[in-house]
Amino acid sequence: MLPFVVKRLLQTAPILLAVALLIFVLFSVIPGTFASSMSDDGHSVLDTQVMERMNHELGLDDPVQVRFAKYVGQLARLDLGTSFRSRQPVATVLAERMWPTLKLAFTAMVFAILLGVPLGFLAALKPGSLLDTASMVLAISGLSLPQFWLGLLLMYLFALSLGWLPSFGYGDGGFRNLVLPSVALGVAPMALLARTTRAAVLEIMNADFVRTARSKGMSEGRVVRWHLTRNALVIVLTTIGLQFGSVIGQAVVVEKLFSWPGLGSLLVDSVSLRDIPVVQGCILFIVLFFLLINMLVDVLCAVIDPRIKYS
Amino acid sequence: MKVRTNLLIGGTLFALVVAAGVLAPWLAHTDPIMDANLMNAELPPDHEFWFGTDGQGRDIYSRVLHGARISLTVGIVSQLINSVIGVCLGLSAGYWGGWWDDVVNGLTNLMLAVPSLVFALAIMAILSPGLTSLLIALGLTNWSYTCRLSRASTLSLKSLGYVQAAKMLGYGDVRIMATQILPNILGPIIVIGTLGMGGAVLAEASLSFLGLGIRPPSPSWGSMLSDARDQITTAPWISIFPGLAIFTTVLGLNLLGDGLRDILDPQSRARRA
Repeated sequence: MLPFVVKRLLQTAPILLAVALLIFVLFSVIPGTFASSMSDDGHSVLDTQVMERMNHELGLDDPVQVRFAKYVGQLARLDLGTSFRSRQPVATVLAERMWPTLKLAFTAMVFAILLGVPLGFLAALKPGSLLDTASMVLAISGLSLPQFWLGLLLMYLFALSLGWLPSFGYGDGGFRNLVLPSVALGVAPMALLARTTRAAVLEIMNADFVRTARSKGMSEGRVVRWHLTRNALVIVLTTIGLQFGSVIGQAVVVEKLFSWPGLGSLLVDSVSLRDIPVVQGCILFIVLFFLLINMLVDVLCAVIDPRIKYS
Repeated sequence: MKVRTNLLIGGTLFALVVAAGVLAPWLAHTDPIMDANLMNAELPPDHEFWFGTDGQGRDIYSRVLHGARISLTVGIVSQLINSVIGVCLGLSAGYWGGWWDDVVNGLTNLMLAVPSLVFALAIMAILSPGLTSLLIALGLTNWSYTCRLSRASTLSLKSLGYVQAAKMLGYGDVRIMATQILPNILGPIIVIGTLGMGGAVLAEASLSFLGLGIRPPSPSWGSMLSDARDQITTAPWISIFPGLAIFTTVLGLNLLGDGLRDILDPQSRARRA
């Protein structure tokens, strides 16, 4: 078990490094630097001397290969650099913004799992029934909704018209502030989970071992519990792991809409300010998080399904 | 029965959006950008302004119609770029194997590790906002599923008799890939492409909503919604119609994709039955 985890961890390292290289290459081809973007915005025009000094201070006048070597050296020491804007270490900024995003993403996924999986399961047990049709219509609609629009509608209905919940902001980070953004974020993965669960259960329902179990007189409850659930769980878990990626990606938009102080809004603000170290840090963190979640899913699948070998 | 319903509803919705986009100059009541009139600002829907007016007094109905052109252009063109990249990489990797296969596999894994919206956001940070940049950003970030699928199908086809026969006849590699393998793996790729088009429409709306895609005053549905947030208490209709337009388009494409899957992807039909 432990060697398996270590091996999977080692497999993620090259991907992470490749992502670091990719975003470094992307951002070293940008025409213009932080200093020039500060003078673009109209109200603070910097003269050439000041711009040169800023570029020199931030190390932006070094040749590309020198900057990359420096960058990898820093990464190796887990140093993500310093924000151009706030002059704080990127790691500190990320640590501050990480929790709101993780909280939002996990709540959204819990919402998606608690609603989507049972819905898909029940739909599959009675294919063609009213419940089946209704839940699949719900699922395809959920997949087609723009999440920020859904968020906007929820905000209008529950916050502004009914006044039940705060319309935006982090507040004290409590449940009341969390509800609307996580529902907006969770509907799409819920819809996808409902569809995947339904498809998985339907497929297993027709498998030979289920027919065998039924024909040897196993009760329906035991068939569902021992054969269906366990086998469907592996597919459902894998989908959950993959969905974390798009949830974190979509969080960018939802956080911006709800003024949620997480990584997503940090990323968007840093992109428009060309605060490159923060942008790189955010993307690296998002990728790392996604890879770790999927590793965890792999381990869980191996625990549930004895056919998967730890090697 | 269900197959027909999906295709019919999806096809109708999508055709409706295409018609709206193509006929926009004739159907629209006013110019979507120029006809601002602050005297008419934030009027609710009535017989003159069917969908109401926005903060600058522009007719939302006309803007939504013209928005269809932007969304469809982005959806279709960027997904075409993705499909071409995915098919070229996946087919050649599956056919040639070896180091090229390893390179393509590595690239695909890399693309799968970065959420595509985040990736597109990073590219938009480098290019200046606008239609061309959006096409590049969305066209380069969503080809990994197509690539995996074409690679896997190529692997299973290349040992089959008719491909071997073509080789014996002295066909070149590229000719075999284009005339023998490609036509046989196209079905599932069209399905993924249709679904991906819906994804691209959503991504365009999200990026424009964040102010990093199509910039106002161009009538992109996403940027219309980003103006709407501040006016949602006084003029909720500004939020409702562009969002409905996005929803209709994406729902149409998703239903169409599902319907096509039942027809074009025999494996999944067997799985369902």
